Amino acid sequence: MTGSPDSAVADLDPIRAAAEQKYKYGFTTDIESETAPKGLNEDTIRFISAKKAEPAWLLEWRLKAYRLWLTMTEPHWAKLNYAPIDYQDSFYYSAPKAKPALKSLDEVDPELLATYAKLGIPLREQEYLAGVETGAAPMIAVDAVFDSVSVATTFKATLEAKGIIFCSISEAIQKYPDLVRQYLGSVVPYSDNFYATLNSAVFTDGSFVYIPEGVRCPMELSTYFRINAKNTGQFERTLLIADAGSYVSYLEGCTAPQRDENQLHAAVVELVALDDAQIKYSTVQNWYPGDENGKGGIYNFVTKRGACRGRNSKISWTQVETGSAITWKYPSCILQGDNSVGEFYSVAVTTNCQQADTGTKMIHIGRNTRSTIVSKGISAGRAQNTYRGLVKIMPKAENARNHTQCDSLLIGDRCGAHTVPSIESRNSSARVEHEATTSRINEDQLFYCRQRGLTPEDAVSLIVNGFCKEVLKELPMEFAVEAQKLVGISLEGSVG
Amino acid sequence: MLIIKDLHATIDGREILKGINLTVGPGEIHAIMGPNGSGKSTLSYVLAGREGYEVTGGSVTYDGKDLLALTPEQRAAEGVFLAFQYPIEIPGVSNTTFLKYAVNAIRRHRGEQELDAMEFLKLVRGKTRALGISDDMLKRAVNVGFSGGEKKRNEVLQMAVLNPRLALLDETDSGLDIDALRIVADGVNALRSPERSMVLITHYQRLLDYIVPDHVHVLAWGRIQRSGGAELARELEAKGYAEFAERAA
Ligand SMILES: Nc1ncnc2c1ncn2[C@@H]1O[C@H](COP(=O)(O)OP(=O)(O)OP(=O)(O)O)[C@@H](O)[C@H]1O
Ligand SMILES: [Mg+2]
Repeated sequence: MTGSPDSAVADLDPIRAAAEQKYKYGFTTDIESETAPKGLNEDTIRFISAKKAEPAWLLEWRLKAYRLWLTMTEPHWAKLNYAPIDYQDSFYYSAPKAKPALKSLDEVDPELLATYAKLGIPLREQEYLAGVETGAAPMIAVDAVFDSVSVATTFKATLEAKGIIFCSISEAIQKYPDLVRQYLGSVVPYSDNFYATLNSAVFTDGSFVYIPEGVRCPMELSTYFRINAKNTGQFERTLLIADAGSYVSYLEGCTAPQRDENQLHAAVVELVALDDAQIKYSTVQNWYPGDENGKGGIYNFVTKRGACRGRNSKISWTQVETGSAITWKYPSCILQGDNSVGEFYSVAVTTNCQQADTGTKMIHIGRNTRSTIVSKGISAGRAQNTYRGLVKIMPKAENARNHTQCDSLLIGDRCGAHTVPSIESRNSSARVEHEATTSRINEDQLFYCRQRGLTPEDAVSLIVNGFCKEVLKELPMEFAVEAQKLVGISLEGSVG
Repeated sequence: MLIIKDLHATIDGREILKGINLTVGPGEIHAIMGPNGSGKSTLSYVLAGREGYEVTGGSVTYDGKDLLALTPEQRAAEGVFLAFQYPIEIPGVSNTTFLKYAVNAIRRHRGEQELDAMEFLKLVRGKTRALGISDDMLKRAVNVGFSGGEKKRNEVLQMAVLNPRLALLDETDSGLDIDALRIVADGVNALRSPERSMVLITHYQRLLDYIVPDHVHVLAWGRIQRSGGAELARELEAKGYAEFAERAA
């Protein structure tokens, strides 16, 4: 490993060391990797597809997407400000060099195992189980994605016994091509938007989940994304299908090393819930946010969408966004099945020069469809935080209901909070409610906490966590604690 | 314990405290009375270190230290506790969480081991019963939706748990019904000890029937106008503050 904060560098440059300590995932891993030549053209795409031994239909799909992408322009309607991205100045494929097929974790590069251990994500089941027994770790199956490829998936056997498929999407393409072909692009078509189209052309890996009819997934499933290689974009694709009457709770976590240049992350997540199925999808996003002057950090342009195709189905998005220099993300629900339910719970924390433009779309198509939106935006420093939401009620959506609550909290007077809700209702029986508040962190609360002995940092962390409570309580319990700490750490130094 | 000398303080450039002199010895209970707007709460905020209250003259020595040089959280850790006249609401933060943060912040500052969940719960349980605070109130967000009386009892609970050496109680009796007043007074009396000093700000003799002070002071127009024993409070109850209005004029 290099660049570890407690190495000799710390003695030379205490300020830098302190900064590195604050983002504790900023280290890099020295690992031999195989990389496609820099830049993007049809050959890059053929290279990726060949590396993965993909069927012809998928290569065709990628090329169709690429050719369409060439005709598209970057969207600029979001309230985000950044220098133009040079898409030719990035690597589109970087994989840790390893034997083509890993038979067990013992064949995984020890450097990689060490990296994930450092991130607090044990990839060895027996170590994990030891933690579970002592109550130190939650029961959870992990798919670890390192740069462009999935390096390990745990608890596969346990899950397979129930008929659950949890593997990397590359593996799914090989083993379950029909399922992949049936659902890939069915929620987010390759033509959807600039970034989703780019992702369709160049996606390298991601997770695939299939929960069979009537099965309740016995453990949390999760993917940890890690961008390591320099100048590498990460384009993962996640596809999750919950068959009739099934239930799954899924969590994704993300970290990246600290680098001075910006790195692009353009993922696509597609969820499908059939009759009576429930999907709970939680994200704790902690990509490197850049330094306090806005240098470096991840550009996070993500398309996430869930289709409630079946009657009484339910999709619930919970996100805690603390990282990234730029976040452009609108996890959405298409409420097609009658009585289906969509939920969006979001905490977005922006500090220093971070910019977040995030929100959701709830498209009500079926009858008696219901949606709930709770968004909590916190801005400090010179950060800008925008909630952008759309609630659309289609003509057949009799008795559709939506409740939206958007609260913004400002710390200091150089940051901004913006709320851009749109409502389009084409059915008069629909009821749509929207509440929004903006407040500054309250001096009375701060003083009250400090009078009781809390430092200003702890006081802010406590007050902000209270402000986010409604959202944090939606996270699986084990992660709620992590998320609370993360919110506190992100805001460190924002009052003074 | 606490020595205040010629203390002057302004809010937004307006002088509110105009030369306060007050000495509180260890284990003593002092009552401060005085008309509305005379600067009683201001004095308590200045002692607790609230921002926006500018000290323009004088000194405050606490336990031999310059109190005014400390941050609010340092003062808290040194054992200064203020029961607020208007306790503050913190939505989404449970009373228990808040108390635990506070206890452990202060313990850390003192170089003591933090309490784990079990120890903490034991400490709190020991105090809630006597104050008539239900488990439900502990789970609810700090002061949110609490009645006036519940808020005041909650302040006394915090005081009991944090175990301060100098307690400033700003109208902790206001808004209490007769039974609650007795509960609060019993709670305060239980904390009476030779190591703990208290300053009670109050408008009412009835509190002082339960908690008998060693000294009573009248604060009016930014100064302590008169000091005496417990009997002074009874005199004020009968005569009001008219005499001080003339004096200040
Ligand atoms: N934040 C503030 N800004 C401006 N003036 C203030 C502020 N806080 C207090 N004051 C003024 O300072 C004076 C003293 O107020 P303080 O709250 O100390 O009175 P008090 O003696 O506690 O009154 P009460 O018995 O009503 O509680 C009042 O005239 C009040 O209006
Ligand atoms: Mg007052």
